[in-house]
Amino acid sequence: MAPPLAHGFADPVHAGQAMFRAAMEALSRPGRIRPLVTALAPPAPLTPELAALALALTDPDTPVWLDAPLRADPAVAGFLRFHTGAPIVAAPAQAAFALIADPARCPAFTDFAPGTPAYPDASATLILAVDTLSDGVGQPFAGPGIRGTARLEAGPLPADWAARWAANHAGFPLGIDCFFVAPGRLAGLPRSARPVDAETLPGSGDSAGSDDSAGSEALPCTSR
Amino acid sequence: MYVAVKGGEAAIDNAHRLLAEIRRGDPAVPELTVAQIREQMRLLVDRVMTEGSLYDPDLAALALKQARGDVVEAVFLVRAYRTTLPRFGATEAVDTGAMTLARRISATFKDLPGGQVLGPTFDYTHRLVDFGLADGAGPEPAAEAEPEADAAACPRVTDLLGQAGLLEPSPPDEGAAIGDLTREPVDYPVDRAVRLQGLARGDEGFLLALGYSTQRGYGRTHPFVGEIRVGAVELAFTPEELGFPVSLGTVELTECQMINQFHGHGAVPPQFTRGYGLVFGQGERKAMAMALVDRSLRAAELGEAVAVPAQDQEFVLAHCDSLQATGFVEHMKLPHYVDFQAELELVRRLRAEHAARSAVPPSPDSDEAPLREAAE
Amino acid sequence: MNAPDLASATVSAGTGYNFAYLDEGTKRMIRRAILKAIAIPGYQVPFAAREMPMPYGWGTGGVQVTAAILGAADVLKVIDQGADDTTNAVSIRRFFTATAGIATTTRTAEATVIQTRHRIPEAPLAEGQVLVYQVPIPEPLRFLEPRETETRQLHALAEYGLMHVKLYEDIARHGHIATTYAYPVEVAGRYVMDPSPTPKFDNPKMDDCPALQLFGAGREKRIYAIPPHTRVRSLDFEDHPFRVQSFDRPCALCGAEDVYLDEVVLDDAGGRMFVCSDTDHCETRRADGHTGEAA
Repeated sequence: MAPPLAHGFADPVHAGQAMFRAAMEALSRPGRIRPLVTALAPPAPLTPELAALALALTDPDTPVWLDAPLRADPAVAGFLRFHTGAPIVAAPAQAAFALIADPARCPAFTDFAPGTPAYPDASATLILAVDTLSDGVGQPFAGPGIRGTARLEAGPLPADWAARWAANHAGFPLGIDCFFVAPGRLAGLPRSARPVDAETLPGSGDSAGSDDSAGSEALPCTSR
Repeated sequence: MYVAVKGGEAAIDNAHRLLAEIRRGDPAVPELTVAQIREQMRLLVDRVMTEGSLYDPDLAALALKQARGDVVEAVFLVRAYRTTLPRFGATEAVDTGAMTLARRISATFKDLPGGQVLGPTFDYTHRLVDFGLADGAGPEPAAEAEPEADAAACPRVTDLLGQAGLLEPSPPDEGAAIGDLTREPVDYPVDRAVRLQGLARGDEGFLLALGYSTQRGYGRTHPFVGEIRVGAVELAFTPEELGFPVSLGTVELTECQMINQFHGHGAVPPQFTRGYGLVFGQGERKAMAMALVDRSLRAAELGEAVAVPAQDQEFVLAHCDSLQATGFVEHMKLPHYVDFQAELELVRRLRAEHAARSAVPPSPDSDEAPLREAAE
Repeated sequence: MNAPDLASATVSAGTGYNFAYLDEGTKRMIRRAILKAIAIPGYQVPFAAREMPMPYGWGTGGVQVTAAILGAADVLKVIDQGADDTTNAVSIRRFFTATAGIATTTRTAEATVIQTRHRIPEAPLAEGQVLVYQVPIPEPLRFLEPRETETRQLHALAEYGLMHVKLYEDIARHGHIATTYAYPVEVAGRYVMDPSPTPKFDNPKMDDCPALQLFGAGREKRIYAIPPHTRVRSLDFEDHPFRVQSFDRPCALCGAEDVYLDEVVLDDAGGRMFVCSDTDHCETRRADGHTGEAA
């Protein structure tokens, strides 16, 4: 007999708002880790944090893709369907949100929708449950939301993650956006985050003070 | 000493109280009931339901009472209320061919199966003010109604013409999702279903003028009224958990099928094309104007030039909504003094420069520029 | 599927409406639009704006954005023309007091969410604050090209020559760029964006701002954003650099310089005075003992 269905948010209105607000803050300040506190106890391997963001952000209007470990136990899809009504899709390209419990085997970014030049917002958001998540160390990023540079380290991730991200950023304004979740914590990495060569940084882990004219191919200042 | 104007809160409260008092009018005159409005201002109620996108005669009547008879304001109240209603899904398409007819006329055929049913219409009244109404004279009893016509015996004119291939068929229902501009932002160009939704919600006056413009040469479509029918149709809904349709009751509708000349192009032989109008209740003027504009908006798909406003879907759909229009026009009442100050500065500076160039001393009227521009 | 929204019993006391008026499905839709707007700074994300109980043009876009982000612990400030006591600011503040029961303030420094029409507060904003702009026409190219189908392509191609031509024509005709408010900006080196009808005096405050800036256009159904610490550049030319207005006198009440002033007509004999447009800034300064000539 099937186990009883795990609960959703005890207070959907305020819990949903709190999760969204954490996500908004995280995406607004890439590389800065935020607390993400939830009492959800979803079926494994869906983590409480993955579940919290899914319940806060998805509904019947948002196709959701699950990675192999999440697909393996039908209780995960059952939980998400019951609490969100979101359609679970088989192809990553159809997904508005992708939930990834095994980030080391995250599919190629190019498998997901990057949006179109006219509608770059029609793009996927990846939510990855990582084991380790630290700021102040790891890959430095610059760009909107970042004063100077900010470092973020998450793992495990595919070996070619840095190259993937560089290509994702290079496609701006198209691209995917990522949230990393770890127990009790959340960080955001929007497509606008520009990876910076760590070798060229003056200090290490310096999060302030350097040039922040991010991603700026300035417009010509003369009439065309 | 100068004291900045304060007291926005008190002013708003007082204005609302005054509004309520003015709304009531002379207390010596009996207060209108919602039922009176619903029954005796029915065409107004119908218009508010149509443009408010909500079929609820009592709510529309109450909105009209609250709005002091202002149609756009009543539509606003209904729309704002509609926003808060849970949405269960979409009903089955209504079958207007099976309508219980109150009125049915065709301008294209002298007689037709089911006949012409004149019904309640102003069309042939002489517009003489009936002072008897002021004295509360009751109406004469209406003539005995004909036995209710069998719906199957009153086929739609467009179905009659369609059988002979003279009229373009309705596009086949391929089960594609129907857009809803209240739930998705409009992404131009939009298909006909979304256009019709926009027109149905659109302001009657705006559509009337646009439809009229097509008759006067701004995108002429050579229209004929194939049929106008007014009456009640059954509304059915298929709940997900049942899987079969259940009846929700009936709604009153006015449908207009406009038939338009078309010369054909390429593989399409000459045939008549259609413009379509559908509104809640009895609203023939709106339904006809909507049908004219619908046909004009099909210009692109029929290979006609898009040259006039009634053929331009961005122009029509972006401007036909009375709420959007009235909001943006009327918001000019809100304070704009910050921006006006910026413009004042510019005009003063330009005038000063103009005066310097003309070597005419500036007027002594203190138009020295208190603002100037500095590098950032 | 069950209906999670119907289960949410969090109805604001006495109003019969959900917390902050909007239903949870609408909030989620708006929230998703906000997240994409943050990820693509300056790009206008289409969203299915709802019909609100205040008219289009009164700030329905800003109200929907505020309603979607607001939490029970937020402290809300609402300004119109820089002032907390203008009637529409009062009305919107009341709407949220009634439907969300949240705390409000007139103090810029105490607010976590500030909804504004036409001004950016004079006091520098801080990290953790969100500034929500009410936007009438979000499309900076709209008055150059009225068709949405065209302007969308221009943004897709980053083809902003039209805007530069317009500004340059101003210079040719007037010797100045004749745009004094809603002055277009380039965000993070990519999208040209309408800052809403703020006077261009406020444009420099948008650059490298520590607060998150969100823009809501209800009638036009668009949301866009400037993340904190993002480069926001007012369009200009090398030989005609961007300049802001400055007043040649201080506020008559608090003596502040380098602020935006309202011109108040005192009589019909040409008498007028200039006072801070930002009422909180003016009151704070006066409470701190600053005085102007008319105080």
